Amino acid sequence: MALSIRHLLGLENVPREDIQLILDTTPSFLEVINRPIKKVPTLQGTTIVNLFFESSTRTRVSFELAERRLSADVVNFAASTSSVNKGETLLDTARNIEAMKVDMVVMRHSVPGAPHFLSRMCTSAFINAGDGAHEHPTQALLDMYSIRQKTGALEGLNVCIIGDIAHSRVARSNIFGLKTMGASVAVCGPPSLLPHDVESLGVRVFTNLDEALSFSDVINVLRIQLERKAGAAFPSLREYRETFGITGKRLERLPNPPLVLHPGPLNREVEISSDVADGPASIILEQVTNGVAVRMAVLYLLGTRKESDS
Amino acid sequence: MKIIETIADELGFVRTISRLAHEILERNKTLENVVLIGIRTRGEYIARRLAAYLEEVESVTVPLGVLDVTMYRDDVRGHLKQPLPHKTEIPFDISGKTVILVDDVLYTGRTARAALDALTDLGRPACVQLAILVDRGHRQVPIRADFTGKNVTTLEHEEIHVLVKEIDERDAILLVETPEPQQPGKD
Repeated sequence: MALSIRHLLGLENVPREDIQLILDTTPSFLEVINRPIKKVPTLQGTTIVNLFFESSTRTRVSFELAERRLSADVVNFAASTSSVNKGETLLDTARNIEAMKVDMVVMRHSVPGAPHFLSRMCTSAFINAGDGAHEHPTQALLDMYSIRQKTGALEGLNVCIIGDIAHSRVARSNIFGLKTMGASVAVCGPPSLLPHDVESLGVRVFTNLDEALSFSDVINVLRIQLERKAGAAFPSLREYRETFGITGKRLERLPNPPLVLHPGPLNREVEISSDVADGPASIILEQVTNGVAVRMAVLYLLGTRKESDS
Repeated sequence: MKIIETIADELGFVRTISRLAHEILERNKTLENVVLIGIRTRGEYIARRLAAYLEEVESVTVPLGVLDVTMYRDDVRGHLKQPLPHKTEIPFDISGKTVILVDDVLYTGRTARAALDALTDLGRPACVQLAILVDRGHRQVPIRADFTGKNVTTLEHEEIHVLVKEIDERDAILLVETPEPQQPGKD
């Protein structure tokens, strides 16, 4: 049993067996990061480059911790301090880094498909850490793992993704992954923040939050990306909060309140209120812990994979 | 897979376990500070049998843990097939304990070496002893067992298969001929 994929570029078209294998391998690594000595020698001698063309703190830190806890050699590359500023093309940057003999590349870029393109032109194994509004597969995997940890299974669950769906790579990867694993997926948000082709994703669409909440076993609350001008899509933050904000008051009305996820960083009192974010239904901090373990599983499975495995 | 010889049937298997248990008792006058840690997969079941036997004859419950050494192997990338790591489950602190590592077969010694590395990351035992159901020789690293159920002389292209009821339906130790030459490091 090994992954059929050579790169993790997205969850669209990734077979169920591969997702299952990643989720099933994660607990072994979760056990490692809960030890006093949180490090194993598994990827000794493997060099991994974190190639971040777009700023990121938590995803980069999570990947870096996962890499270091597997004893890989880690190189960080941030676009702001690199020769990208001197006019070098994306492909030249990647080829130059690869010429230094690296084994894996973890990459974030603002252009959808950038890691897909490089993975075809280079020999390293690529992991997409976010490409524009396209995909962010490890975030979706850690969301799925966190849900499964609480509910036991993904099959048959009703999961609703709430908020800025149009700008969200997290939403897309979650939709692809959850559907592959047999969950029933819905999205909810103001029409101006839903992608115009939302039906083609095969999800239910709610524009009324209370209807969405009574459908849901699990809700994944997305951040309003103020820096991406999502604010222009609705009249005011206050109005967004009134209509789509997840508050304790709203959840109290439900006979079975859903499990609450949020990929972070939180805009407290905008998309989620503090009493929910810090309340018993929230697994937001478990997501962060699980994120390191899931990324260790992905790095292990891709980093030790043999061509003969496929 | 061709069976060359049945080294032990169910009765022989049970006797081998009890021989191992008595060797452990002879060396460790008291079991007070002793813990058993089985190496996944089959070592776990051998360790369970040893614990049950010690409980029966000495009325002492020896703490039991399971160690997965996949992440510590020196051949993770040399294997033909990718090995999958499983959980290490040791629900107690091993520091200051007499740890008895348990495995089914001792062959190249690389698994035992990896297990020693893994233990180092979990604590500092007072001492570590190695209990093996079958020693088949052909060591590649300087490792030896403290307790051995059976010594079996084997050829490189042969394999020892230990079967345990819990996952293999019956208890047995078999000497089998492998269809192709064994991969280095596989034990």
